Amino acid sequence: MDINPIVIFFASIFTSNIVLTNFLGMCSYLAISKDLKSSWGLGQAVIFVMTITTILNYLVYKYILIPAGLEYLRYIVFIIVVAAFVQLLEMILERFIPGLYYTLGIFLPLITVNCAILGVALFMVIREYTFLQSLAYGAGGGIGWALAIVALAGIREKVDETKIPKGLQGPGFALIVTGIMAMAFVGLSGIANIQ
Amino acid sequence: MAVLITTSIITAIGVFLAALLTMAERFLLDYGVCKITINGDKIYEVKGGNHLLGSLQEQDIFIPSACGGRGSCGLCKVKVLEGGGPLLPTETPYLTKEEIENNTRLACQVKVRNDIEIVIPEELFSIREYEAKVVSIKDLTYDIKYLSLKLKEDETIDFVAGQYVQLKIPSYGNIKDEVYRAYSIASPESNKNQIDLIIRRVPNGIATTYIFDYLKEGDTIFFNGPYGDFYLRDSHREIIYIAGGSGLAPIKSMLHKMVEEGINRKATFFFGCVSGRDLYFIEEMKNFEEKLPNFKFIPALSDPKPEDNWSGETGLITEVVDRHISSGGDYEAYLCGSPGMINASIKVLESKGIPEEHIYYDKF
Repeated sequence: MDINPIVIFFASIFTSNIVLTNFLGMCSYLAISKDLKSSWGLGQAVIFVMTITTILNYLVYKYILIPAGLEYLRYIVFIIVVAAFVQLLEMILERFIPGLYYTLGIFLPLITVNCAILGVALFMVIREYTFLQSLAYGAGGGIGWALAIVALAGIREKVDETKIPKGLQGPGFALIVTGIMAMAFVGLSGIANIQ
Repeated sequence: MAVLITTSIITAIGVFLAALLTMAERFLLDYGVCKITINGDKIYEVKGGNHLLGSLQEQDIFIPSACGGRGSCGLCKVKVLEGGGPLLPTETPYLTKEEIENNTRLACQVKVRNDIEIVIPEELFSIREYEAKVVSIKDLTYDIKYLSLKLKEDETIDFVAGQYVQLKIPSYGNIKDEVYRAYSIASPESNKNQIDLIIRRVPNGIATTYIFDYLKEGDTIFFNGPYGDFYLRDSHREIIYIAGGSGLAPIKSMLHKMVEEGINRKATFFFGCVSGRDLYFIEEMKNFEEKLPNFKFIPALSDPKPEDNWSGETGLITEVVDRHISSGGDYEAYLCGSPGMINASIKVLESKGIPEEHIYYDKF
């Protein structure tokens, strides 16, 4: 696949948004989208972690798993790498950048089990991306996820002031909004297609 | 061969990451010894990196907490003057605007990473953990037990009648974690070597199941305390006590205090039960009536059964209170029971013109 990394970067934000086209990372997407401030905190953490773990997983896959013929173990290995990295990152932030730790810290454990992170790493393998393409895809995927959750939080904050039928409050309403957002984003898919 | 290579590579990756994390924990999370200064004069040295609540517990300072430090009860509030770091999103739901302004924090969320300066109420220093022996477990009714706990021979506990302790329920059966549950002290405050508790069975309750089905006389049990600001105020107003079920405990302790200290204020105790089988301590209350000439005990049944042969008051406790209390009197009320009963009683009392600040209660 010979796609320009810049195209991949923008495509993974707008036309192939990991939330709105693949519906990945739903648990934290629904749970933390009640207010703008926390959703932006989580969004930042996902951008950061997704970019770095995609690169790490790319290196692990290319230089350890492929030479050893262990491609079929990538699911387990990717998850372990993500979990260990998030743990390490939490400790480093807590020690050296307390300011950032207080804004991102409580979201980091949530990210360990965020399937969007694993999804991006697996798509990277399926689509046979190069290093630069993976980097662009990881960063773009993270920004796309953050964009989706911040947009949903913005809508939910506005809608909070109106009355919603009881059965639709919370996740029910969030899923409907997400569906409509997904349809809106489909409108952009003519610009670039990477799937 | 392939199996061996696969296993060893996976193991190697696992070991490498585990080693990395262990090293990181060893070097990154070592905050050395930190100083906690309390109320400006007491200085404690603790190992850094842990939560304030736990670090204080290690120094035998117990901040009241019902959830055991999970950040879900919002009780462990302390003022952090310096070194607490910024307010966390996990704390804000439990703090009011004023509390945020005067630097109140939740001790279970603040981590001790450097020297820290805090302010706690002076009386918390008298709170500590006690080891006690169960000397007797008696049935008061079909679902209420009277538990007597004796401290070690030379130990004493200083509490004020009306306060409560937290019993530590160890792990048992299928229950993996130890839990703490609060119970009011029913015994007189002059008896400093023993406390008595009145405990009503909660169906499937972790703590009460342990007390009813597992705890035996002679067992050792731990509790910490005393806590609470539910105690008899010093005034000349007429006292109204209202309790339901096991809420009799703190009232009984207060009545002991009145006898021992010769407090002869006019007092009425409304005790609400469903039917005859829920009533207990009728004899004890008669004794109090003899020793305290101005004290009157009024038990009330909301649903008396024919076999009870009940000739006393009937109806919900709020209706009985409504019948007996006249409007505009100079009263002071002490309420102990379920939130539903207390909220309903407060309404009745306020309709009689008793100001909110003269109504004291302990909800459980």
